[in-house]
Amino acid sequence: MVLPEHNENLSHLRLLEAESIHVLREAAAEFDRPVMLYSIGKDSAVMAHLARKAFHPAPPPFPFLHIDTTWKFRAMYEHRDWFAKTYGVDLFVHRNERGVAQGVNPFDYGSQVYTTIMKTEALVEALTLHGFDCAFGGARRDEERSRAKERIYSFRDADHQWDPKNQRPELWNLYNGVIRPGESVRVFPLSNWTELDVWLYIWLEEIPVVPLYFADERPVVEREGTLLMVDDDRFRLRPGETPTMACVRFRTLGCYPLTGAIRSNARTVPEILEEMLEGGLSERQGRLIDFDTDGSMELKKREGYF
Amino acid sequence: MRTEPALSRPVRTPGRGTGASIEAFLRRYEAQSLLRFVAVGSVDDGKSTLIGRLLHDTGSVYRDQVEAVRRASAPGGNGPLDFALFTDGLKAEREQGITIDVAHRYFFTDRRKFIVADTPGHVQYTRNMVTGASTADVAVILIDARHGVVEQSRRHAAIASLLRVPHLVVCINKMDLVGFDPDVFGAIQTAFAEFARGLSFLDVTYIPVSATGGDNVLERSTNTPWYDGPTLLAYLEEVPVLDHRNHRDLRFPVQTVVRPNLDYRGLAGTIASGVLRPGDEVLVLPSGLRTKVAALDTFDGPLAQARPPQSVVVRLADDLDVGRGDMLVGPEHPPVAARTFDAHLVWMGDAPLDPTRAYLLKHTTQTVRAQVVEVHGKMDLFSLGCVATDGVQANDIVRVRVRIHPPIFCDPYAENRATGAFILIDPVHHHTVAAGMVERALPASDRAPASAGPGALVLVEGPGGAIEAAARRLHEAGCFVTTLQPAPDEPPGAAHEVARLAMDLGGVVVAPARAFAGTSFDPARTFEVRAGAPGDPGLHAAVRSVVDRIRGSASETP
Repeated sequence: MVLPEHNENLSHLRLLEAESIHVLREAAAEFDRPVMLYSIGKDSAVMAHLARKAFHPAPPPFPFLHIDTTWKFRAMYEHRDWFAKTYGVDLFVHRNERGVAQGVNPFDYGSQVYTTIMKTEALVEALTLHGFDCAFGGARRDEERSRAKERIYSFRDADHQWDPKNQRPELWNLYNGVIRPGESVRVFPLSNWTELDVWLYIWLEEIPVVPLYFADERPVVEREGTLLMVDDDRFRLRPGETPTMACVRFRTLGCYPLTGAIRSNARTVPEILEEMLEGGLSERQGRLIDFDTDGSMELKKREGYF
Repeated sequence: MRTEPALSRPVRTPGRGTGASIEAFLRRYEAQSLLRFVAVGSVDDGKSTLIGRLLHDTGSVYRDQVEAVRRASAPGGNGPLDFALFTDGLKAEREQGITIDVAHRYFFTDRRKFIVADTPGHVQYTRNMVTGASTADVAVILIDARHGVVEQSRRHAAIASLLRVPHLVVCINKMDLVGFDPDVFGAIQTAFAEFARGLSFLDVTYIPVSATGGDNVLERSTNTPWYDGPTLLAYLEEVPVLDHRNHRDLRFPVQTVVRPNLDYRGLAGTIASGVLRPGDEVLVLPSGLRTKVAALDTFDGPLAQARPPQSVVVRLADDLDVGRGDMLVGPEHPPVAARTFDAHLVWMGDAPLDPTRAYLLKHTTQTVRAQVVEVHGKMDLFSLGCVATDGVQANDIVRVRVRIHPPIFCDPYAENRATGAFILIDPVHHHTVAAGMVERALPASDRAPASAGPGALVLVEGPGGAIEAAARRLHEAGCFVTTLQPAPDEPPGAAHEVARLAMDLGGVVVAPARAFAGTSFDPARTFEVRAGAPGDPGLHAAVRSVVDRIRGSASETP
């Protein structure tokens, strides 16, 4: 995109872009061994795009890391492999092999135990294994209320614990990245972006994202008010459940048995944004995050997850 | 299991099924400007309610959140909304019922996008307010109409002024509780204006509001026919942004060098101030070499000019050795190389300021060693003057003299927020302990620190108190002293790390001999001091001899 030469103000999106690039460069320069967490979702796509911008014409001076729970959507694995190949990035994939050997899955273990073992433990294991002291994450402050107070540099102790009372004040654009060996910092370059900003940027910059974000006919079952996609034959159908084709899309992507779809006809980014802005979703679907999840997110963070 | 719920945004968006109009809306939204403001108020003056009101009335909260707040506001969900619940965050503060940290909120209108730093107002949270104010274009201060201008209001305004927030809005809230009386509003305005005359704001705007009723927040209130100024939102949408940035003096601190191959060497950074164009002559600091800008590169192609705060890669006409921490500046108005400067500090550390020890100072993209050599006094937020003080505690605002090594190139904060700001970092615990604003650099004739050079490790063997005594003597002799006293059961690795860091920056580290037994520190830089009982006259002589040896060996080093 060409920046206007004599404009009065940079647009808010260009300011966000500039701030994110500043943060990426600062952290890459100050830490010994940074890594970019790559979740394959839309926020990761934007963050990776910004990383390519920040160091252009050189490639980003750090590797990428995907925490693989083994239960992601097939389209996500395809997109990940396409991403690594197309941009020539150095991509580590890490699985909690003990969890895999024990057959930990979202059906038998419940979402909380499963998430702790396959995501939180796997992430901490990977960071420790490779000695990463800085991990870029695509989280945004507008995602939920407990994140509104998160720092751009989020400090973690040697056990990867997050202590909300022990976070460093952030003044101007002067980030304090001084740590001891074993300690680490999660750096969130997209902190000040909103969901609308992320989609707008994807649209303007034509950033490729996983097709699951766009509506299409997909096999789903409806379970307790949530539409789940039957992505492969590991999905355990309950008695009486038969997958039916429905035109759906996903607003967030994760492990397919834990990710609800919404009925939608939005096949382009503007159509997605139109649905989002109009509040075109049903009340019941809208209530899947309720206020009680705030506390549980805080707990997950203390344990080492984001 | 989660899907994101829909925004509650009720109005001012294009109709469904009209692809052209959503694209038009997105083009408009894309071009919007950004305003950052800090909202500050005391516990009961309705700040959370006001922000909740802004978020709700601009349709910026998710629909399910509105429902949850409705349920939480009143049993049965039929009563009025408690808007403060929209901004309630961490568990700890939900339990305490107050805001204890800076929260960031986001909303937008047809005119602008907003980032709100929502900060608590109590004295013990001054550090949080400073954090929010450091990047703000506007400060919004709440005053309870029933109580008028209280000490808190003055504090908040003085801090925003010190941080050089360009614009101030005073929301006189709870007007409903004083019957929307214009005389109450007028009296508070007069009292505040008196005080605000001594402050640095470009302008101060007073708005009568009721956050609970929404009066003059988004919509003009029929309860205040006597008020003809803007509503809060109208003000925030219209106040000019970026006009306060320094566009005259080029400052480009280098963040990192981009070097994809032997033929390309670019300096990556953010324009801190001024304007940069290809062909411009620039001065490289600290080397003092002059060169020209060959090109301004970005991923999206070369630029004809770059302005703050754009992130670019600068290619220079000459192949100079320039790296992180260096700065490109305009040759007409270069910054001063400061070894010693006067500054304001907002102390944030839980431990008080210790003038006998060195801190790390981060300024632009470099980190140097610093010591607060003198505390001129504490800022009195009533008189805006300076009063004597014994010590510097958390949330104190003080004027100090800081000595640094190596020198930094800085501007007075009042002239340049980007190159006048710094933070102090504790070298042991690594907490950010102070926010600093350069007032003025002292003339270069000020003597250089005695220990400028390769640093030294002074190991003390002796009874309790000997380390402190040695550190004090070294400090008095002009050394940058860091005292390390790891507990006997603490692994010494961290202390060694800190010592190396301190010595790399020319510091003198004082520590008990036992903590460094068998380590691989350079023997030429290690000095031992044996002390007897406290008050031992031999200690003074021993330290004196160490100082001479440090100086002697430093001068031998090229």
